[in-house]
Amino acid sequence: MSNIAGSKSSLQWVVHISVALLVMLWLFPTLGLFVSSFRTADQISTGGWWTSLFPAEQNLTLRSTDPDDEGAQTLIDGVYVVEGNLFKAGVDATISVWGTSSRAIDTYVPGDTAELKDGETITVQINGDYVWTGTTEMTGRGQRVFATSTTPPEFTFKNYKTVLFGGDSTDGMTKAFFNTLTVTIPATIIPIVIAAFAAYALAWMDFPGRALLVAFVVALLVVPLQLALIPLLRLHLGIGIGKGYLGVWLAHTGFGMPLAIYLLRNYMVGLPRDIIENAKVDGATDFQIFTKIILPLSFPALASFAIFQFLWTWNDLLVAKVFLIDATGQTTVMTNQIVELLGTRGGNWEILSTAAFVSISVPLVVFFSMQKYLVRGLLAGSVK
Amino acid sequence: MHPALQGIVTIFLGVGGCLAYFYFSNQFIDKVLFPAKGVNAGRNINRANIVRPWLFLAPALFALSLYLAYPVFATLWYSLTDRDKGNAFVGLANYYQMMDDPKFWEALKNNMLWLIIVPAASTAFGLLAAQLTDRIGWGSIAKSMIFMPMAISFVGAAVIFKLIYDTRPADANQIGALNAVWMQFNGGVGSFILLRALPAAFLAFLTVGSLWLATIMIKGFSSFTTILRSLFGVVLIGVAVSSIASIYGLFTATLPYGEPQTWLTMPFWNSILLMIVLIWIQTGFAMVILSAALRGIPEETVEAAIVDGANPFQVFFKIKMPQIAGTIVVVWTTITLTVLKVFDIVFAMTNGQWETQVLANYMFDKLFRGNDWGVGSAAAIVIMLLVTPILMWNVYNVRKEMRS
Repeated sequence: MSNIAGSKSSLQWVVHISVALLVMLWLFPTLGLFVSSFRTADQISTGGWWTSLFPAEQNLTLRSTDPDDEGAQTLIDGVYVVEGNLFKAGVDATISVWGTSSRAIDTYVPGDTAELKDGETITVQINGDYVWTGTTEMTGRGQRVFATSTTPPEFTFKNYKTVLFGGDSTDGMTKAFFNTLTVTIPATIIPIVIAAFAAYALAWMDFPGRALLVAFVVALLVVPLQLALIPLLRLHLGIGIGKGYLGVWLAHTGFGMPLAIYLLRNYMVGLPRDIIENAKVDGATDFQIFTKIILPLSFPALASFAIFQFLWTWNDLLVAKVFLIDATGQTTVMTNQIVELLGTRGGNWEILSTAAFVSISVPLVVFFSMQKYLVRGLLAGSVK
Repeated sequence: MHPALQGIVTIFLGVGGCLAYFYFSNQFIDKVLFPAKGVNAGRNINRANIVRPWLFLAPALFALSLYLAYPVFATLWYSLTDRDKGNAFVGLANYYQMMDDPKFWEALKNNMLWLIIVPAASTAFGLLAAQLTDRIGWGSIAKSMIFMPMAISFVGAAVIFKLIYDTRPADANQIGALNAVWMQFNGGVGSFILLRALPAAFLAFLTVGSLWLATIMIKGFSSFTTILRSLFGVVLIGVAVSSIASIYGLFTATLPYGEPQTWLTMPFWNSILLMIVLIWIQTGFAMVILSAALRGIPEETVEAAIVDGANPFQVFFKIKMPQIAGTIVVVWTTITLTVLKVFDIVFAMTNGQWETQVLANYMFDKLFRGNDWGVGSAAAIVIMLLVTPILMWNVYNVRKEMRS
């Protein structure tokens, strides 16, 4: 804006940096979850997720193979030798400095040979290969080596395997995933159909009490659904629906209705009057006008509401807890599953972060692919 | 029947049923009830047109009345009865019982804190983000990054932030970002600047700002909004007073440097940390709406101000702010509604322990753990009462809009 007056703001770079900081601050939490879901439990407990993005420098206490192990020790030219690698198989680490005493862990560089007691020596290479020699037969446990090593970033899909394909175990999210899907899809589609007809009536049909009904819808827009819990649970139990999918579909349909009607009505009111009047003159009935003209033209508004309702039902915990999940727990949804994991596996971040990421991945995909409609809906949906 | 199959059947039955209802009921009034032919053709067409809107509205009205309107009254009734006494009318007994419960007052106090801090912070951050991102080339990418948390569930966000607030023993590496940062402080000059001087400067700024706003609010007398404005002014003075008190606290407190903190068990601060989760989610919403409002400002007004020699701050506060004031109110009230209903975050992160209780979770607790429907309903009514001013304000605005 300020370049209208002719001068480009000299503070432009401050704006760039501030926005970059803001974006980083906002992304940091989600990124933490995402990165953690690819780390093993051991890795998570050794350090913050931000350290896992860079090669990690660690002080390790390593131990050679026990000389008493079968076949560990060989006699070559009168010298007893134990050979091997200090790291577990599959670890790709490099040693920068090492030592043989906990008080001097950086005495040697890789390739050096350290003198030990009783004339024993040990040589450690950069990749952890060692040769431990002695003039007499060595006994007891393996030689300790204190090494400062650098491990490259390492990620694994193991957590996803556990969470997605772990079968019916308590960590499994597969069942909850499909349950959530089962809740979400009918709860998104049915309200749209019902609300679209009502919105058309409120936008384009003339009848006494129309303004009052719009006010009624706006009033219900803000009624907290907390109020609905007890009476409706009672009602559902009373008429035999009980706790289950039917109940939760009905509840979501009812709770989503005010926003649906409000959004769609606001959009339909803005459609050109000529089209509708021409159609009426040509003898179209209201039903035809609605299905042939209004519905196709209202697609953006329908999409907006569909996204809202999808995100809301997918992310919902309260309604599912009250109307769906019974004592057997067979109908648990992902949000509920995660809350239970928080209770039982509060410290197992590899499971928790993976489960949480599985549950937020679908809304994120929907969000990024249909952001345009979401923004449009938000702008139309907030009461002006 | 398998639930997924049941779901597909429900979609077909639900959608098909609705469409069939609309189609056949229209056919019914046009062909059978009021046929547009014969002697009464004209009268019948009129009659059909009187009935038709209600045909279109019926299912929606039924759903609205049964799932939202009826429960308001039913809950009100339950809050006045006792389930253990065969639903006998007990007057305000449930309310008295609730008021004797310290947890209720804790929840109410926390809710008030949430109501002040979350909308204010979200709107402020949203405005900042909107104003900044509109000025740069990659603004739309930045916007969608800040907007992204809107898609994340409260439960997902709770897990994300629990990881940030995680605590490990002092001799282990901290895996929670907050403690990792905290352990960097050692009580030196850097700690003094970042933990005492900067927050004090911010609080001083907040004090001056809220006192300035409060004078505007209380001074400007207009007809309808006077009470609301003076109420807001009183809240602002309260904010100013408590920030002065906090400045004093900042310099006198001894901070436990070098010890990892269990953040979620520290009363007061744990509530703030829970609020941060909601602020993180809601800022994107505020940003999107406010950014649209900022772009809607006629450029002439801004240009005229610049030509007259206004600096960027004057342009923002004197030209832009007044023009988006209405939108700020909308954003503020919408976030307020979200705050009043906040349940998942508290439920998943602390479940109201360590003095973090809020009304919605208190109510859930009473209902499904305490099995006390009377007090649970009373708590729900309290939430409803808190929402009512916004409800009336919205209805008032819509009526005004429809009349014009």
